[in-house]
Amino acid sequence: MRIRTAFMTGVAAAILAVTPASAETFRFAFQGPLNSLDPHSLNETFQLGFLGNIYEGLTRRGTDLAIQPSLAESWEIVEPNRWRFHLREGVTFHNGNPFTADDVIFSYERATSEGSDVGQKMPGVVAVERVDDYTVDFVTDGPNPILTAEFDTWYIMDQEWAVENGADVVTNVAEADREFFANRNANGTNAFMIQEHQSDVRTIAVPNPDWWDEAEHNLTEVIFQPIQSDATRVAALLSGEMDLVYPVPLQDQQRVDENDGTTALTGPELRTIFLGMDQARDELLYSNVEGANPFHDRRVRLAFYQALDVDAIQQVVMRGASTPSASMVAPGINGFPTDLERYPYDPDAARALLEEAGYPDGFEVQMNCPNDRYVNDEAICQAVVGMLGRIGVTVNLLAEPRSVYFGRVLAQGGYDTSFYLLGWSPGSIDSYNPLYNLVQTRNTDTGSGTFNLGGFSDAEIDQLANEVLVETDPDARGDLINQAWQRLHDEVGYLPLHQQALSWGVADGVNVAQRADNVFRWRHTTIDN
Amino acid sequence: MADDTHLDHRPSSEPPIYAPKASAAMIEAQEPAGRWRRAWDSDIAYSFRRSPVAVVSAVITLIFFIGALFAPWLAPQNPFDPASLNLMNGFTPPMTDNAFTGEQFLLGTDNQGRDILSTILYGSRISLLVGFASVIFALILGTVLGLLAGYLGGWLDSVIMRIADVQLSFPAILIALLIFGVARAMLPRDMQNDVAIYVLIVAIGLSNWVQYARTVRGTTMVEKNKEYVHAARLIGLHPFKIMVRHVLPNVTGPVLVIATIGLALAIITEATLSFLGVGVPPTQPSLGTMIQVGQDYLFSGEWWITFFPGLALVLLALSVNLLGDWLRDALNPKLR
Repeated sequence: MRIRTAFMTGVAAAILAVTPASAETFRFAFQGPLNSLDPHSLNETFQLGFLGNIYEGLTRRGTDLAIQPSLAESWEIVEPNRWRFHLREGVTFHNGNPFTADDVIFSYERATSEGSDVGQKMPGVVAVERVDDYTVDFVTDGPNPILTAEFDTWYIMDQEWAVENGADVVTNVAEADREFFANRNANGTNAFMIQEHQSDVRTIAVPNPDWWDEAEHNLTEVIFQPIQSDATRVAALLSGEMDLVYPVPLQDQQRVDENDGTTALTGPELRTIFLGMDQARDELLYSNVEGANPFHDRRVRLAFYQALDVDAIQQVVMRGASTPSASMVAPGINGFPTDLERYPYDPDAARALLEEAGYPDGFEVQMNCPNDRYVNDEAICQAVVGMLGRIGVTVNLLAEPRSVYFGRVLAQGGYDTSFYLLGWSPGSIDSYNPLYNLVQTRNTDTGSGTFNLGGFSDAEIDQLANEVLVETDPDARGDLINQAWQRLHDEVGYLPLHQQALSWGVADGVNVAQRADNVFRWRHTTIDN
Repeated sequence: MADDTHLDHRPSSEPPIYAPKASAAMIEAQEPAGRWRRAWDSDIAYSFRRSPVAVVSAVITLIFFIGALFAPWLAPQNPFDPASLNLMNGFTPPMTDNAFTGEQFLLGTDNQGRDILSTILYGSRISLLVGFASVIFALILGTVLGLLAGYLGGWLDSVIMRIADVQLSFPAILIALLIFGVARAMLPRDMQNDVAIYVLIVAIGLSNWVQYARTVRGTTMVEKNKEYVHAARLIGLHPFKIMVRHVLPNVTGPVLVIATIGLALAIITEATLSFLGVGVPPTQPSLGTMIQVGQDYLFSGEWWITFFPGLALVLLALSVNLLGDWLRDALNPKLR
């Protein structure tokens, strides 16, 4: 027996020896599918985070979220309104085409064209000019000290490949029935290449052998699968089928952590979950109030605010894993307003406010909610329905998968909502991003307010935000940001709820970098042998 | 699964009913208040009393009926009224004090603080309503089409039965999903939650009419060649009158048996659709919705959210099904 065991061990060792030490397939699951491979179709953390492993921007962010050079080796401000980017030479796309200045100009035009969801990532840019093959200039309409803040999630696409395949048209999330080439095919410059993509089923990627940077990971294949059911996703991790799953539902964090062979990775996330109200239309699309929009009245907005028991949501729905927030940004975001305090939870005051506003018996309104996007999103919405019910407002909840939800409520769907739940983590880690995207008046020319789904509009905040953009002195800038957040709070333009927590489940022996913006970069991932 | 239940003639475990019993019943029937007595002593009632399975399942079914019917008075809470829920009661285990509010719930609460017992009572309302309404819908549609196909024959028969064949080649749940999806896409958004339950009824009904149509057609083809039908035709009655007045009463027996078993299937189909998230709105949970909600917590220690609604669904569907089985055996003269 002993001889035989020794023999078998020898065989096993021999097998191990011939397998390359780095042959590692990495499997991970997220709660929702990868809707599209088009890097300009949807400005959403998971999609852009995933595609950031395939495509690259001019810049990228490290695990500490610091901006690093990527496709641009360096950049300088040659005039106050002109930024010059020196592009990396010798970079090729996955199909072998070289990367040049023309690709940058093409990607800029594509990202700002109709149907794109990422045009606002270049605020104030009026032109992109080619200097030579590896130099481009970005011309802005005013000084912009944080121009590059979101260049890490504005990805560069190959012009030749796109034009050849008709992929110069951006995938429009509102046109689910239309076929777009870039929706199903990808050709980036990053460390990984798409090998197979079946939305809703799985996506397989392999390393790019010609990547310009030194590979830090030791993966040979990455397999992604969407698993919507919380219990199934956790079971897949515990059984060893998956190396990483996220989010781990709050009720299972402890179980994942105590289980042999898996660990729960948690931490505060930079995302704020909030409710928005349609304040743009004169009459709500989905309400029984006719001829008027109740959300025009600050008292109604404040009544909604004071009806929300965020502590109950935190304790029961979020099981303690959230931070109730008075602000639209998390403490980790530059410009977080430290002195803001929530209006107190007070259903009686809320009822009185409603009565004062002329709705003593409340009214009916429909609420849009994703059910596979944020941590316990549908449960939060249901809790909100109950809390508003107690002040007499009947909320009809429409909870849908995020692909349907985003197609409806975003600009591409015509802001088809009266009342909605959304989460936002500022891609630039700076307050200007939410001020520009969520709070400023909607303006298709400047690109501001693209994600201001309720159309909140206040001239004072618009002015403040414009000043924030061009102010170069950090103290003065911080002061302006603070004023803007205070004004939004006074006006009750939004109903902030909380910051959710990061919650990943990882198998032992898998080393990943968990970024505070919940973006998963495969290039930092290694698997121990 | 749906079509072979009524073809499956399991030998009855019941002892045959002997004639002397029946004659004794006739003698007693002479007494006053004889109608109740006669019903009590009828073959069906006798076989019912002799079958413990039938009695137990009838009692359970009855409890569900009463619970569903009187839910607003019996339930401690109205789970369909979001304003009456207290979120802080969420995740209370059965018969345990809630950590925040100190309230107790017999079967615990779900993630929104809904009392599970109340939700089961209200949820079985939806289950039974959808079950009954869709069975009636399917029964009427199937009987009309089957009667027309069987009596008139010809091209109409071919068309109807080919449609039935095509539909039978798909699982009923797929057809219900398809109809539900199409209806949702066509209806305006603010109506969707209000009409969801009717759409559900039509979707489940449309997916199940085939069994009725086939059974009725077969029986009709037998009946239409019998002498009483020939006689009716000879005296010049309109074919529709013959179908409705003469053939129809003679084909209803088997149809009612299918309907009973169909009820259990419809209840399960409704639960399945709600489980898949395409049924009733989330703020009006049916049994399937609750099982789906609780499934996320099943492995996390909060077993009661999915367990009790699941148990209720199994009990309800099983007892209705057993009752249907018994009825089929009791009405089948070949098994006596």
